[in-house]
Parts: sequence; structure tokens; C-alpha cells
Amino acid sequence: MNKVLLIIQREYLTRVRKKSFIVMTLLVPALFALMYKVIAYVADDKNDVKVTHIVHVVDSAEVYKDKIKDSQYIKFDYSKRSLKDLKAEVKEQENDLVLYIPSYTPDKTQIFAKKKATLSLSDNIERQLNDIKSGTALVKAGIDTAKLHATKSNVTVSATEMTETGDQSTSIGATYALSFAGAILIYMSLFIYGAQVMRGVIEEKTSRIIEVIVSSVKPFQLMMGKIIGVGLVGLTQFVLWISLSALVSYLTGKNAAVASPVYTFIHNLGANAGYELGCFIFYWISGFLLYSALFAAVGSAVDSETETQQFMFPITLPLLFTYILSVSYLFQKPDSPLAVWLSIIPFTAPVAMMVRVPFVVPPWQLGVSMVLMVAGFIFTTWVASRIYRVGILMYGKKVNFKELGKWFFYKE
Amino acid sequence: MLSIRNIVKQYAGHRALDDVSLEVESGQVFGLLGPNGAGKTSLIRIINQITAPDSGEVFFNGEQLNQSHIDRIGYLPEERGLYKKMEIGEQMIYLARLKGLSRDEAQKRLKFWFEKLGMETWWKKKIEELSKGMQQKAQFVATVLHEPDLIILDEPFSGFDPVNAEVIKDEILELNKKGATILFSTHRMESVEELCHSIALINKSHKILDGKVKAIRNSYRNDTYFVEYSGTPLSFDGAEPFQIVGDALVDDERNTIKIKLAEGKTSNDVLQYLIPKTHINMLQEVIPSMHEIFIEKVNANSLSHE
Repeated sequence: MNKVLLIIQREYLTRVRKKSFIVMTLLVPALFALMYKVIAYVADDKNDVKVTHIVHVVDSAEVYKDKIKDSQYIKFDYSKRSLKDLKAEVKEQENDLVLYIPSYTPDKTQIFAKKKATLSLSDNIERQLNDIKSGTALVKAGIDTAKLHATKSNVTVSATEMTETGDQSTSIGATYALSFAGAILIYMSLFIYGAQVMRGVIEEKTSRIIEVIVSSVKPFQLMMGKIIGVGLVGLTQFVLWISLSALVSYLTGKNAAVASPVYTFIHNLGANAGYELGCFIFYWISGFLLYSALFAAVGSAVDSETETQQFMFPITLPLLFTYILSVSYLFQKPDSPLAVWLSIIPFTAPVAMMVRVPFVVPPWQLGVSMVLMVAGFIFTTWVASRIYRVGILMYGKKVNFKELGKWFFYKE
Repeated sequence: MLSIRNIVKQYAGHRALDDVSLEVESGQVFGLLGPNGAGKTSLIRIINQITAPDSGEVFFNGEQLNQSHIDRIGYLPEERGLYKKMEIGEQMIYLARLKGLSRDEAQKRLKFWFEKLGMETWWKKKIEELSKGMQQKAQFVATVLHEPDLIILDEPFSGFDPVNAEVIKDEILELNKKGATILFSTHRMESVEELCHSIALINKSHKILDGKVKAIRNSYRNDTYFVEYSGTPLSFDGAEPFQIVGDALVDDERNTIKIKLAEGKTSNDVLQYLIPKTHINMLQEVIPSMHEIFIEKVNANSLSHE
């Protein structure tokens, strides 16, 4: 059996069998589901107003008499009592308010309450008062309100892409969601699995097994075996996440409950699903190969994880930069020169191109980007392996970039 | 078996090996000696193809060293370690498969070794659950499981308690009897005389001595003898065929002196001179130990370099 295959097998199996892998695989969709549940709960304003509020209206000019309507939790009491009395009364009541409409300036109303009125409550009152006033004004001006209502429109915009295979309707929202989710997924994966490669290298170095292994295989074989093994672990985790999300949504029948980025991504794949998924897989794999090689080189250069900081920052900077730009700027202007450049440079392309893919990318740009991506990971792997072969046998040395440069030029 | 010719290895700032040549004959136990930092580990890494020499060549069984020889060599590095979280049985099989053994074959041989060294109950244990001595034993098994022709051991006895060191020593000798060539590095001289047929001494990146242990020790004989006699201590007047070296040991009955023969005299001359004067219990030639030769050579070499 080929030695690289043996290494891949070990790297894969030891990771997949770990408790932390199983926990993460189950927990991540569950956590996202929980998070969305909480957001949905908080955003639902029905949870906001549960108690019945009584609003005492003081309206001596009788502008709104018989026109204000009660709602489920808000009851209006058109009172004849004086403002002073009511204010004194409301002071003792937790949920009651006084709405004061001055006779001379009925537009400047006031609410008095023991607690400051909530936004939904004051919104409700304001909306009613406005509707009533404009209704009265229309009638006064001789306009038929029934006719006016009939003219109200409800226009929605649905964007249609014209492609060679015919026009395709996609919702703008879904395209944004796809673009956004794709960028997040690539960004997170590169970090999570790249760091796993790095930790694996450090583990072999600190446990000192490295010298035994490299007396059996070439350092390059070990490095590639580890990178590919961890990459397969990442793909496995993604497949499990997607299947689990799909399963949960099938069982509960509620899509929103499992809206993790993975799910958002899959859910929003449009008519071009094959193309979009293909791009995602290509940039996932090539981005992972490119960055994990660098992570492996960093791991080989240090004696412990705490020493990785100085190297990690410059390596992850392009990624972080693109990610921040992606979620703020790029996906609003996917055809801007900045977006085009970022999606072509190998270090930033995985994230930047995934932002652009749901929109229309000229084939030549995609082609150039992909070719450079392949060239990019071959290049970083080559550079990383030259540093790696020296680094793994180097102990107790304070390493900086200059030192790494020297290692690169060492002969075998 | 192993022929190392004119190896030079340069690291940034210093030369680890400078024109080192060695011959290790098949079936030997070969000791690679030298103080810390002499270049032993650099040489061993070159033989294991972990690094390559800047110049010079290594031949393995007459062929230029190449990847196909990797499976014929077993290597126990000085800094030992295994995957901490991996079960020991599974880990040994993995390491053996990296050396080209099939899974079934590795499993079969591993069972044999585990029984032989009383490790049967360890199979499912993780490395981090084992004591340091137990880990070393496991690592030794991993080194020899694929039955290599050449076993390279870097400081094999460090980290073992005396009982386990003895067990491992016996195993090394047994493997050697079965035909394996052993190359081990050490700076502990006690084990050298006991185990090694030949040695090479490396100091400051140069080989300064090599050959068969017996021949080397004989060549370092310098006509020194121990004489033990009974009776009153002798006094000497300068007419004796030897000089006294070191202090005389005086015990009630038995006195010991260390002597160096005068130019052109033999041990018979000493006996002829002493027999009329006292009762001789013993006359024994002092053959320098490897330890003494080591210290003498390294010191002389260091002085000449300063």
C-alpha cells in the first residue's frame, strides 16, 4: 500500500473517531438552529405586548371621538375626567396610560405613564391618530376614501437574469444569501481545518515521533498525507452537516429552524445549482490546499502553539481582509474592479470569488482565477514543503521570517 | 554492509561532519562514539536519509543508498516519542506498515513481541497511559518489527531502568545473532566493551579513531602492570626494571603497586627481579579501557584544535 495513502488513512481515521469531531458535527447545526430560534423569538413582537394596556384618552376638543379602535392588548377609554385626575390615577397603575390631546394643538399629543411606553405601543397609537387625521382631512377635501384605497398598489420587484438557456427568475434576496453564505463557509473552513493541519504538525514535533516517521517516509509525503487527510475530514463534516440539516428540516418541517450557513447555502442554490456547487467545491479544495500548506509550514517552524501568533497574522491577513470586504462591500458591487482583482489573486480568490459566483462572473475571469488558484497551491505547497522539511527537525530555536527564508534555501 | 565515504555536512555556521568515512561490516555490533555535539546524530540522519550529505557517498550492501533501503533499516532516535492519543497496538502496526509490512504480518509479529516482552495487556492502551520506560520498550519493538537488516539505535539505553536496559541489551544481542547488523551511538563506554565488535570515535565533526575494539585496546597497551604481593612493603633503589606509577596500595597482608616497564624489559624481567624479594600473588597487564582511550583521544584532539 502506498505510504501516502497510509498516512491519509491514519490522519483521517484518528480525527473522525475523536469525540470532539462527533460532538462538533452534531452540535454545530443544533447551535445554529437554537440561535435562529432565539432570534426568531426575540424578533416576534407578539412576545412583546402580552399585558392589556388601558389608554385613557383626554381629548377635550373631541377630535378623535369614536374613531380610535381597540386592539388585542390595547384598550382605549374615552374619558371625560380631567388630565390631572387621570395622571394621579395612572401613577398607581402599572399598565395604564394617559393619552393627552391638547385642544388647541391636537397634533402635539402626549403620553403619560408610570413606565415609559414601549415602542410598539406608541407606534400603534401614533399610526391610528395619523390615519384618523388624514382620513378626516381627505373627507374635508372632498376625496372619496374608498376610491383612494383602491388606488393603493403593492409592487414587488423580481430580478430576471438573461442567460443563454433562457430567462431565469431569481430573487435578489436568495442571491445575496448565497453569496454571503458561500463566503462565510469558505472563510471558516480555511481557518478551522487549516489550524487542524498546523496542530497536527506541532503534535508530531512535540511528541518527537516525527523523526521516526521521516525515517520511513519523505517529509513531503508526510505533509501531503496530513493535508489531504484533514481535508477529507473537512469534507466529511460538511456532508454530515448538510445531511443533518436536511434531516432536521424534513422532520420538523420548518426550514428556518435549521438555517445554518451550510443550510442557507444549499437552500438558496438557484437554477445554477450545479455550477455554484461546483465552484464552491473547487474553491474549497484549492483554497484549503493553498492555506493548509502554509499552516503546515508554520506548525513545523515552532515548538508550541503559542509561538504561532507572529506567523499566523500575516498569513491570515489577506483572508480576513477579503472576508471583511465581502460582507460589507463586495457583494453589493460584485463587478467592481476591486472585486475582480480579489477574485483573481489566489490568496483572496476563494472568499472573493464565492461572493461573485451567485451573480454573473465572465467565464474568462473564472478561468483565470481557477488556473491561478491551482498554480497558487502548487507554489505554496512547494515553498511550505521546503520550510517544513527543515523545521520539523529543528528544536529550541527562536524562529523569525528571516530564518524561514534561510531554511527555504537549504539543500536537501 | 554499510560503507560511508568522505561525508561532509555543513549547517549554517558550522560543519557537522568533515570528511568522515566508515566501514560497518555485516553482522557486527558497531559503536559510534563521541561526546555530545560531535556529529553522531547528523551522521545517523544521513544514513536514514532524513537529510542528505553535502558531499560524499553512502553505500548499503554495495548499492548507493536510495529509497528502497529505507525498509531495510530500523531507527530508534535519541529523542523518542509516539502519538500520545493513539492506541499502542494500532500505532505499532501503522509504523510497521510505513516500513512496508502488510497489516496481517505486522499484527502477527507484534503479538509475538508483545508476548516476549510481557506487554500483552498493553494493546488497547494509549501511549499517554504508559510509563516512560514502557513507552521506550514499545518504541524498541516498533524499531525492529519489520526485521531490518540494519538497526540504528541512538543512545539506546538512556531512559531505561537497569532491569529493562538489560532486557533490551539481550534483545539487541539476540537480533545480532540472527544476522542483523547493529549500529549504535553512545557516550557511555561501559556498554561498548560489552557489546561492540568495532567502533568509530567522532569528535568535533572528525573521525579520530576506528577499528575493532580488541585491536584498539591492544594498541593502547603501554607496558603497565599491576603487581600484588604479600609481606612487608618493598622499597626500591632505582635498580629495578620498572618504574612505579601511581600510589601503592598497602593492606595488612596484600600490597598492590602499578608499574610501567623500563625500556626493553619484559614482564619476565619483573618477576625475576621480584621473586627473590617477596611473595608474588599476581601480575596482570593493565589494558586501557575504552573509557580511558575515549577520554585521552578526545582531550588530545581538543587540545590540538585549540
